[in-house]
Formats: sequence, structure tokens, C-alpha cells
Amino acid sequence: MQALKSAFRQLAGYPSALLGGILILILLGVGIYAPIAIPYNEAIALWRGGEEHWRQNPRNVPPLWYNWFTKEALPISFQYTEADENVTRTDTPRENGGTNTIITYTFDFQADKFPQELIVYLKSDYATKKPFISFTWITPDGREVRVTDLGITQSETYRFGQDTKLQRRLGGLPANQGLFADPNSEEVKPLKGTYTLVMDALTFEDGDTIVSSEFVMHGLVSGWFGTDHFRRDLGVAMLWGTPVALAFGTLASFGTSVVTMIIAAIGVWFGSWLDELIQRITEVNLVLPFLNILIMVGVFYSRSIWTMLGVTILLSIFNASIKSYRAIFLQVKESPYIEAARAYGASNMRIVFQYLIPRIIPLLIPGLVLGIPAFVFLEATLAVLGLGDPVLPTWGKMINDANNNAALYNGFYYWILQPAVLLMFTGLSFAMVGFAMDRVFNPRLRGV
Amino acid sequence: MSVEIQTQPGAEAAPRRRLSPALQSIVRVAKYSGVKLVMLFITVVIGVYLTILIANMGGYVDQILRGEIREGISQRLRRDPLYRTLTPAEQNKYFESEVLREEERLHLNEPFAIRSVVYLTNALQMELGRAQNMSSDSGSRQVRLIILERLAPTLLLMGFSNMFLFFGSIFIALSLSRHYGSIWDKVTVALSPTSSAPPWFYGVFFILIFAAIFRVLPFGGMLDAPPPTNKLDYALNVMKHLILPSSAIIISSLFISIYNWRTFFLIYSSEDYVEMAKAKGLASRDVETRYILRPTLPTIITNFGLLVIGLWTGAIVTETVFSWPGLGRTAFRAIGLFDTPVIVGLTIIYAYLLAFTVFILDFLYAVVDPRVKIGG
Repeated sequence: MQALKSAFRQLAGYPSALLGGILILILLGVGIYAPIAIPYNEAIALWRGGEEHWRQNPRNVPPLWYNWFTKEALPISFQYTEADENVTRTDTPRENGGTNTIITYTFDFQADKFPQELIVYLKSDYATKKPFISFTWITPDGREVRVTDLGITQSETYRFGQDTKLQRRLGGLPANQGLFADPNSEEVKPLKGTYTLVMDALTFEDGDTIVSSEFVMHGLVSGWFGTDHFRRDLGVAMLWGTPVALAFGTLASFGTSVVTMIIAAIGVWFGSWLDELIQRITEVNLVLPFLNILIMVGVFYSRSIWTMLGVTILLSIFNASIKSYRAIFLQVKESPYIEAARAYGASNMRIVFQYLIPRIIPLLIPGLVLGIPAFVFLEATLAVLGLGDPVLPTWGKMINDANNNAALYNGFYYWILQPAVLLMFTGLSFAMVGFAMDRVFNPRLRGV
Repeated sequence: MSVEIQTQPGAEAAPRRRLSPALQSIVRVAKYSGVKLVMLFITVVIGVYLTILIANMGGYVDQILRGEIREGISQRLRRDPLYRTLTPAEQNKYFESEVLREEERLHLNEPFAIRSVVYLTNALQMELGRAQNMSSDSGSRQVRLIILERLAPTLLLMGFSNMFLFFGSIFIALSLSRHYGSIWDKVTVALSPTSSAPPWFYGVFFILIFAAIFRVLPFGGMLDAPPPTNKLDYALNVMKHLILPSSAIIISSLFISIYNWRTFFLIYSSEDYVEMAKAKGLASRDVETRYILRPTLPTIITNFGLLVIGLWTGAIVTETVFSWPGLGRTAFRAIGLFDTPVIVGLTIIYAYLLAFTVFILDFLYAVVDPRVKIGG
């Protein structure tokens, strides 16, 4: 215990270990926070995607913080419902049945570029006759633009940009530009200020109502992490990738190194044919193409992350490090305290687990920590090959999606850079701590 | 070495008693080599057979293949105007006969247990056979040709970058171990954790910087389309495409490699005989080559041997990220197409190379290190 304490004190003397430790703690924090913020099932449902989850997001737009670095401010996507403060709604009954509902959406627009699209989602309830609704657009300089008049069904979606009549009324400009364009400017650029969208709806019988409305603007930036080609918020994958990567890395590394050590210890202790057998298996394992077998399992059988984890551990148990463990155990086996244990009649298992293995744990720990980045990147590697877990959002799957959609070629750098930076942080933090541990725990390297 | 003694004319004339140690050592080496060869062969057989079993997933892949055959034939027949004129019974009969024919072509009508042994014996004799679904760019279905076609690009990429990496890192490590504690030494130690990331990871960054932002180097591939006709331009074009993937491979293991060699050399340069040599006043170059490099030669050779056979496997992900037409991508594509002959072909060649290297290494140790005695 005392030795462990002094080892950790020594470890704190390495600035790289300290930095790595802090990074690991942050990652652990995110890893614990992710399943609390978005429960497992919800994360899977969100990542499977679909219009009902992500219709408020534009496709392939960079994150909000892009605005900090660009000269021209990009419009920020928003989604307003009637519960929001900037939305007013008045319902007045009409004389001969039905109601007159006026909903106004007011929002501030301070960007230098035009948004992608404006969409209104309406839900209504009626018996026979469709409610009738007219949209008016009020610009900051007070102009009123008639957008459209339409009878709406129970669930209606109105996309401004697809309305060709509106485009003609706006002088040929698409609605996303025409509605925002500054009339006094030579070039086509947006007018900054407060815009209002007024929806004036009439229902024709008692009991008919506009149930709800929703106003969505697809801007050119969205969320803290941007969106992908399925309109998904990349934040989900960034957040959930953390626990997945940490779990895969630590479980695989822990499983592999501990089982390897136990097998080496048992082989050395019992010796003869068992030791021979273990060495032969190690040699056979060397012939097996590791990544190819993992890919085969992924393609033929299952891409589940747990299957992959199991196969990874299985294939890594009999790796080359069994030989170095064996060399150390052979030395330890001859030491007097083992002989003493044998003299007082300790059982074989007791000697292996109580005397042999604890002796080399200081050598095991650096190897274990250093193994984590390799497995974290292995998970990402499999995902980049298209063999990521079929349901879970992970960093590797983000990179794979980005790669498949030629993100670098099309300039969606954020799509690849964000998960790559997180992968790098994870790999670096464990590697830095592991390297320092190696120097503290490994007497051969002390002072080198 | 022992063989040489026997062929010398002087050895014939020598008295019997003096010859016997040489004969003894020949017998010893032969016995050792024989046992070792048998063991290695068994290892290869087991390893390859396991791969064959895995490549079939316990008959699961057969089912997939059967389903694909039926699907493919029914689609083909539906477009056939003659087929439509047949009665349903005739149609069915014809369809089944076509399916049977295709299954016979792929030997799917035989039980897998027999087929796996056939795969194994053919593979062991290096008869790689014909691919099931894949074909080479020249249109051949011979596994040998499919592999040979992709071998050159892989050897170019992996060979260039790994040789550079190997000799570069040993050279740098030697000079760092001479200047232990210098600023460069510290920088290398500090940078070594960056090697936890695989080559494709650096590849993504390199593509981003040099291809996407600066547009100075290509995104991937091995040649421009259309490729230059002039031989010199052709070579230059390949070089241009080689820069990014090979830098990615080099950068991803450069620092850890230097770090490991440097630590290794440092441990060896603190041995007493090195101190002694320095005390004698030998030139530092002599100390390095004769007192540090010589005893570490077995380790260097082992690493080099493993590196050479490692070239064979290609780099699946790096080749995928850079669209490099190498063996790694072929392996990946073969797995995706359930093409067992190609997978087995790649594995057997790797296994043989590995076994051969392991076998040769033992003899090399004896050559470079007089303390090692073969089979002793």
C-alpha cells in the first residue's frame, strides 16, 4: 500500500501524467453524464433518426461556434413552438361558428447570409371543412409580404422555398432569400432586424381548432456540434461516443492483460505439457490474421459492439506479451518465498493467485493503461471500415459517415475533426499516463 | 557453416576423431531443424484451418451464398424472354437445374467438412484456385493473379514507409542515446504518446490539410485519371500519390519506434564492456557499431523480419482511407463478397512467410551472436 502511494506520488511528478490524468477525469465525467442526459434507448432511437426526431435541423451544417471564426455571421437554425416566449396566440370565436386564430412568430435575424429554408408545421382538428389560413411576413423595415393562403389538413407542412407562386411574388428570388433581402441594397443581401410571421387562421365550425403550430428555420449553423446528412445532431454521437469508447477500451485492455497474465502464471506454475500447449497456441495465434478475422466476424455474424469486444479479447489473450510475462514468472517461481509457501502446504491455486500474480501487478498496470488507446482506436477502426455497432452512435461511425459522404472533399471538416479530436484526446491521455507509469513501475526503465 | 567444413578437402584427410564434432553438430542442427520445421508446419496447418472455419462461420456463409445464388438466378431468368414462354412446372425445373449448376460450380453441394479439407490441402500446396466472386482488374478469376496484381502497390506503400521508419528510427535513436537528456531526447519522449493513434487517423488529418485545404496533393488513389503515358511522369505521379499515405504510416509509429530503440540502446550502452571500451578511448563510432549495435543485432534482426512479413498483410484501413489499390483492400473486399478462396490464399501466404521467417531467424541469431548455439 505504501509502495503504491509512493508510486503515485512519483507519477504526479510527471507533468504529462498529470495532464493525461486530468483529461481522463474529464472524459470519465462526460462518459458518466452521457447516459444520464440521454438514456441508452433514447440515444439509439435518436441515432436511428427520422423526420419526427430531426426535422428541425438542416442537413450538413457546421456547429454554432463556426460563427466565432467567420467574417460573415451565419444564420442560426431555430425551432419555435407555441410554448416559446416570442410566440403569441389569440383565439376569438366567430359569430357563425368556428374560431379566428392569430399566431405571430417574432424573431431576431442578425446574420449576413440567407438561411436554407423556412418551414411551418400545423396540426388542426376539424369535422368537415378544412381550416383556412393565410401567412403574412413582416420585415424589419415594415413591409408586409403576403406569403400564402391555404386550406390545411389535419397535419400540414408548408415549405416556403418550394412555393413557386411566392417566388414569383418576390421577384424571382427563392423565398429563403426574397423574404430577407434588403430592397435598398444593390447586391442581394439580408436585412438585419426583427421579423414577424403572422398566421391568420379561420375554422368554420364549433369544435374545429388549430391544435398546434411550429415554425422552423434551417440556418447555416446548428447546435454545438453541427448536423450530418440525416439532419442528426452530431452532439448525440459526440456525447455517447465517450462512454462507448471508454468502455470498449478499458474492458478490452483489462480483459486481455489480466487473462493473459493468469494464463502465463498457470502455465509457468504447472509447467510440462500445459506450458508447452500455451506456447504452441500463442504461435498459432500469431499466424491468424487478427483484423481479417474481426472483419469476418463483423461481416458474417454480428457487428454488435459486445460481440466485437469478446472476439477482440479472445484473439488478444494469446499475444506476444504472454512470453514476457512467462519470463518474469519463471524468475519469480524460483524465489524463496514461493518455496516457503510450498513448504507450508499452500495449494496450487493459492500460490498462483496469492503469490505469483500479485508480484507482477506493478508491471501489469502500465501495460493495461497503454493498451487502452489501442483498443479505443480499434473500435474506431472497425467503425471506419463500416463495421461499427449497428445501433450505437460512436465516434468511429461519425468518421465513417463523413468519409462515405466525402466530407473532406465537400468541406464538412467539422464532421471528421470533432470525433477525431476526441479520439486523439482519449488516446493521448491514456498513453501519457501509461508512459509515465511504465517509467515509475518498470525498474529497467528507471532513470532512463 | 558446418556444411562448409565437410566440403573442404582438408577435412577428408583429417583423422576420424577430429571430424566427429563437426558431424555431431550437423546431426544436432539437422535434428533441431527437422523438429522445428514440423512444429512450424503444424502451426501453419492449424492456423490456416482455423481461418477457413472462421471464414465460413460454421456453414452460415454457405447459407448466404445459396440465398444469393437463388436471388441472382431468379432475377436473370425473369428478364429472359424464352424462360417466360415455359410452363410453370418447366420453369421450376429449369430454375432448380440452374441453381444446382451454380452450386456445383462453387462446390456448395459438397458438405463443408470435406470442402474445408480440400481448401486446406490446396492451400498448403499453394494451389490457390479460382475466386468465387472476385476477379482481377485484367478479368481473371485466378486467386494468384488477383493477389499478384495488388501485391506491387502494397509492397510499394508498405515497403517504402516501413523501411524508412525502421532505418530512420534506429539511426535517430542511436544519436539520441548518445545525447541522452538533450532537448531533442526530451521532445521525442514527450511525443511518443502520439503513436497511440493508427496511421489512418493521421491520414485523415493529412488529407484535410494537404488535399482539402491547400489542394496540393491528391485525396487518394495511386494514379491520376487518366494516368500519364510517359514512364517518368508515371513514376512521378505515383510518387505524388504515395506521399500522404506513407507519411501517415511513418508519423503514426515514428516516435514510439524511436523511443523504444533509444531506451533499448540506452540499456545496452550502460553495460560494463561499453564503459570499458569508452575508457580505452575508442572512437564513439567504433563503440556504437562494435559494442552497442553488435550485441543488439538479434533484436534488430527479429524486428526487421517481423516487419518484412508485416508488409504482406497490407494496411486495410490506411488503404481504404486513401483508396490505395493494395492487398489490404483486396482482403477487405474478399470478406465482403464471402470469397473464401481469396481469404484463404492471403492467409496461407502470410502463414508460410511467417513460418519461414521464424525458422530463418534462429539460424541468423547463431550467425550474428556466437553465444547462441543452434539446438544446444
